[in-house]
Amino acid sequence: MSATQPELEAILARCERLYGDLSLGEVSAWKKAHPGRPAIGHLPVYVPREILHAAGALPVGLAGAGDQIDIVKGDACYQSYICHIPRSTVELGLTGELDCLDGCVFPSTCDVIRNLSGIWQLQFPGKYVRFLDLPQTFDPETGGKFYQRDLEELIHELAGLGGREPTAAEACESVRLFNENRRALRALYALRAESPWLCSCDEAFLVTRAGFVLDVAEHTRLVEQFVAAAKRRDKKKEDRIRVMVIGSFCEQPPIGLMRTLERSGCYVVDDDLNLGMRWIEGDVEPGCEPVAAVAHAYLTQSVWASTRYEDTRRRGELLARRAKELRADGVVFAAASFCDPALLDQPPLQKALTAAGIPHISFKYAENTGQFQGIREQAGTFSDSIKLWGAA
Amino acid sequence: MSAEPAKRAAGAAKSAPPARKDASMEKQKAMLAGHFKALSTARETGRKVAYTFVPGNLTELLTAFDFLPVYPEINALQSGMRQKSADYIRDAERLGHSEDVCTYVKCDIGMMMQGNIGPTGEKLPPPDLLLLSYTGCFTFLKWFELLRNEYGCEIAMLHVPYLANGKITPEMRKYVADQLRREVIPKMEKITGKKLDLDLLAAKLKRSMKAEEDLVWVLESAKNRPSPIDAYFGSVYYVGPIFTAFRGSDACSEYYAELRAEVQGRLDRKEGPVTPDGTLARERHRLVVDGPPNWTHFRDFWRIFHDEGAVFVASSYTKVGGLYDRGFRHGNEEDPLLSLADYCLGCYTNLSLPARTNLLVDYVKEYRATGFLFNSIKSCNSFSAGQLVMLREVEKRTGIPGAFVETDLVDPRYYGHANVKNRIESYLQMLDQRGHG
Repeated sequence: MSATQPELEAILARCERLYGDLSLGEVSAWKKAHPGRPAIGHLPVYVPREILHAAGALPVGLAGAGDQIDIVKGDACYQSYICHIPRSTVELGLTGELDCLDGCVFPSTCDVIRNLSGIWQLQFPGKYVRFLDLPQTFDPETGGKFYQRDLEELIHELAGLGGREPTAAEACESVRLFNENRRALRALYALRAESPWLCSCDEAFLVTRAGFVLDVAEHTRLVEQFVAAAKRRDKKKEDRIRVMVIGSFCEQPPIGLMRTLERSGCYVVDDDLNLGMRWIEGDVEPGCEPVAAVAHAYLTQSVWASTRYEDTRRRGELLARRAKELRADGVVFAAASFCDPALLDQPPLQKALTAAGIPHISFKYAENTGQFQGIREQAGTFSDSIKLWGAA
Repeated sequence: MSAEPAKRAAGAAKSAPPARKDASMEKQKAMLAGHFKALSTARETGRKVAYTFVPGNLTELLTAFDFLPVYPEINALQSGMRQKSADYIRDAERLGHSEDVCTYVKCDIGMMMQGNIGPTGEKLPPPDLLLLSYTGCFTFLKWFELLRNEYGCEIAMLHVPYLANGKITPEMRKYVADQLRREVIPKMEKITGKKLDLDLLAAKLKRSMKAEEDLVWVLESAKNRPSPIDAYFGSVYYVGPIFTAFRGSDACSEYYAELRAEVQGRLDRKEGPVTPDGTLARERHRLVVDGPPNWTHFRDFWRIFHDEGAVFVASSYTKVGGLYDRGFRHGNEEDPLLSLADYCLGCYTNLSLPARTNLLVDYVKEYRATGFLFNSIKSCNSFSAGQLVMLREVEKRTGIPGAFVETDLVDPRYYGHANVKNRIESYLQMLDQRGHG
């Protein structure tokens, strides 16, 4: 065991505890330490967490319950042909696990998350429910102004829940803290892209995911500590192929699936897990109007994502370019079953990869998938074929 | 369950002569034939073609530029009714489209791959413009991204904000109107080489109002007992012209005036609705329904109800192209662009679940319904996600038990007739036993 191993194990054990705590004990502790201030949950994919923070709230990421609970009440709300994340989220709500939250924000990810905002209104009439209509028009004069106004309204509403109307300086400070957080996460992903044997897919997932419940500054420190310790790891590179995992931006796969992929001969060098945490590329320049700056960053610095209108950028070309930059040997399309944004995007993305000569495979999962043998065989064959012949 | 002969007596008599086609039906048929003929010769005549969607459609604006509109979801449902959708969907799935996603999209892509032959057997032209009115359905956005990859044509995005809190705000109206001014209209001007004639647009919107008045009158005729119309299966035909290429035209106004006169005649004669098997003889159940119909087995699905004397007196599906019965009219506003904004914002699938629930509860009460149905569509999350919660809410607030069946839009693999029939018959029997019939 290397000298850094106990430190890494401690960090990862903490992240795993936070991931497994569906009752959000960390959030309850934060509320106790910050009496009167609200904790606001938000669904995937993207919500500008710095805005919630600036308004005095703790932003709390919600991403279903993985494979950790049996769904009873949630299944009574959804037909079998709807993805899994809303049913586990409803299950958590109806069983009281989310009682520490003062409200929830539902971004305009897809029709299912959109309609979940309505279910929340019907099921939890006393709770604050907010639909966040992220613009699909990226003209600053239309989409930008509409979105900025919406963010200002959101701040005002949160102030009414025990938050605050931040001064420009306070809002700038929130932007600064989240810039630092994004920088730390970029360093984490850069480390994995460069030396994936030092940071596995599930480790990067857990370390990022800890930010769903931790105060932003604390999470930034945790990520930085992890990256520093991981760099000192004494691990050797193995004979595996380098892959990107695409399509898992909303409902998250079980950790077992991530481990299965890597045990099948793959190094995951990039993914879109927990994408909302890394949605804005680069720093937000707060200037003297930080709310406007956050709105503008959404228009001009968003990652390419299946939930955002394609406009002039072509996702397929961007994906192929990114795969080449990362020296990826292949791309794994891993989408949640019944996920419209991911699945509708797959044919053009696959076409672009084929045109660029980049091998790819695809499979579907649910957050509570428990059998990985089929995926192991598929990924293993993919890896072997690339290692043996250079292409799948 | 009543015996089969008794059911036949309650419903439309099987021995009745085939339903007479009303003059309005013939008129609509001629309007559609003319439209598809114009589309098939658009390249020769030099007319520009815009593909767009029914919810939030901007027909008056398009026709003010002399665009010929095409509605891909209407083509898909027509393919479903003509039993062509299964092949189209299979072709799209061979291209890599998932079995999990919207079957309208796959049907449209399959139709395009097989030559884009429209419902009249004539070839549809490719679009000069994809007018992406993103209203109430996320899949619309993905659909037109896919089509743009295929056609490589100009695309105009109109983001219509969702009414999560059940009301239209001034900011929403301004956002939509500003997009029309800055994005949509300039693209239309660029493609057609014409400047927008605002007076012409305003005149078209005013003309729409008369047709809308008449449509609302027809839909509300179902408040009578017996209802002279079926507000689901029958009304998908009634909303055809106003939901698609004809709103704002003289032909559209004439169609609705004629339809209104026909329905008035049925009311005067105290006749029930026309069904594929003739006029419904006796109304036994009055139902409200949420969700689109199944198109591949449209008549079989309808027959399950009219065999039991069940009439739909109100439906949400016939409001996806506009909630006219709640007061909206094109041309209400002096600024035509604000009228268009109000229209887009108010379409049914752009409403929050609580607002949809309120509407269904109101329909049950206003139309004195004895039951209600959710037809949950496998490939339409915009409608389906949340319907089970809405069902329980409507039951709670009306005191009437509801029914829930699962079908699909145009994928015949997801329509199980025996299963659906069994459920509906059991439901209607239960209503009878509880005295709701």
